[in-house]
Amino acid sequence: MKLVGTERVKRGMAEMQKGGVIMDVINAEQAKIAEAAGAVAVMALERVPSDIRKAGGVARMADPRIVEEVMNAVTIPVMAKARIGHIVEARVLEAMGVDYIDESEVLTPADEEFHLLKSDYTVPFVCGCRDLGEAARRIGEGASMLRTKGEPGTGNIVEAVRHIRKVNAQVRRVVNMNSDELMTEAKLLGAPYEVLVEIKKLGRLPVVNFAAGGVATPADAALMMELGADGVFVGSGIFKSENPEKFARAIVEATTHYKDYKLIAEISKELGTPMKGIDIAELHDSERMQERGW
Amino acid sequence: MLKIGVLALQGSVREHIQQIQKVGCVAVAVKSTEDLKGLNGLILPGGESTAIRKLLDQNNLLEPIRTLAKEGMPVFGTCAGLILLAGKVVGCESPHLGLMDVVVERNSYGRQVDSFEVELSIKNIGRNIPAVFIRAPHIVSVGQNVEILATFDNRIVLARDRHFLGCSFHPELTEDVRIIKYFVDMIQQFNHTSLAKLDGI
Repeated sequence: MKLVGTERVKRGMAEMQKGGVIMDVINAEQAKIAEAAGAVAVMALERVPSDIRKAGGVARMADPRIVEEVMNAVTIPVMAKARIGHIVEARVLEAMGVDYIDESEVLTPADEEFHLLKSDYTVPFVCGCRDLGEAARRIGEGASMLRTKGEPGTGNIVEAVRHIRKVNAQVRRVVNMNSDELMTEAKLLGAPYEVLVEIKKLGRLPVVNFAAGGVATPADAALMMELGADGVFVGSGIFKSENPEKFARAIVEATTHYKDYKLIAEISKELGTPMKGIDIAELHDSERMQERGW
Repeated sequence: MLKIGVLALQGSVREHIQQIQKVGCVAVAVKSTEDLKGLNGLILPGGESTAIRKLLDQNNLLEPIRTLAKEGMPVFGTCAGLILLAGKVVGCESPHLGLMDVVVERNSYGRQVDSFEVELSIKNIGRNIPAVFIRAPHIVSVGQNVEILATFDNRIVLARDRHFLGCSFHPELTEDVRIIKYFVDMIQQFNHTSLAKLDGI
């Protein structure tokens, strides 16, 4: 019997993206550039995170027309963002046939207490995390893919580094624990016990974990792979740079060959100015997107 | 021990490496032409075929793989790997590796919400084999000498052309190793054949 929307089908989709780069795009033209550069998927948005920051106000799901335009422009998978806890935005994106939904802190949360019950949907979800507790709660709700949060739209990698190191250190700790220690660890992390049992059994997270937020150069992308990411999301970094086509290609190559430093040197030459960065310390607490999610 | 490479530019590399090890062979992650040396066979994994193709070009891997395959190296492609192997891809002017005498159509089951899993009966391999189809391609038609091994919903999803094997789905996402075992048998047969030829000279 044919089964759709199973855990294996949803998680498997993310497995196929491993080692790749997922790029934020706001129209068909950018989507085509991303596809031609070797992106494994695109994230269709109304504004990239750095512009969401500038615009201020409430950031919502993109205009379905933009999502549709991007879906028609490329053959690679198309992702789109729904607000945290916004059941209807997620259902609308699912009905449109989006390949993956990002329940994203980049948008203004619709619910400050509950995330979506993602296991209820046929479409798979990716969610952000800053530590293993958050990661495991999202998996518990049915997320099929994770991305460690950075501080989106800043072009500053420091938060992404902090969070991938933290999640991976906590995963290693769980893997090396005795089984009788897992329940207390679950309590301390605020993590579902069953997810920790699965992590210990597999020796890794049970879903793919990409890095996101603040990737601005090929070396940044390679750094995230070095630190154990399964792949990289690049938001504002590409289309806010001087030469998006060249930049996109270089980021894809650096992600694949993250240990080939001579090659990274070569592809980083004369890339033009990357996006202008923001020092995280200059952001007010209310401007920090990473703290959204519970 | 047989050495089987997995093209490791992007996609389900880890899963294929684990399956190769599970059936008692040595797995090699292939990122450059150097890694192709001394392989008994090669697996082209699932992933995004457009992305893998770009990376094959950038790393000058397309021609070396094609040459080795034409000289007799067995190749197995799953999903994106099948698209790379196909002699013709619907809607594309030229094929990628163009090794297998089949016509393949991409994303032929729809988008991700239409992705599915099912159990298949596969000729020469077995029954109740779990098959995970993710934004899967299918084989539209095959050449005269291609053996159709499995169909689903009247579409060809697994076929063999001489020393090439290609499927629409992802055996690597399951615990079942019967398909990879079949590929290992193919490698052994082909090694024997090429050795026999050498003996005959």
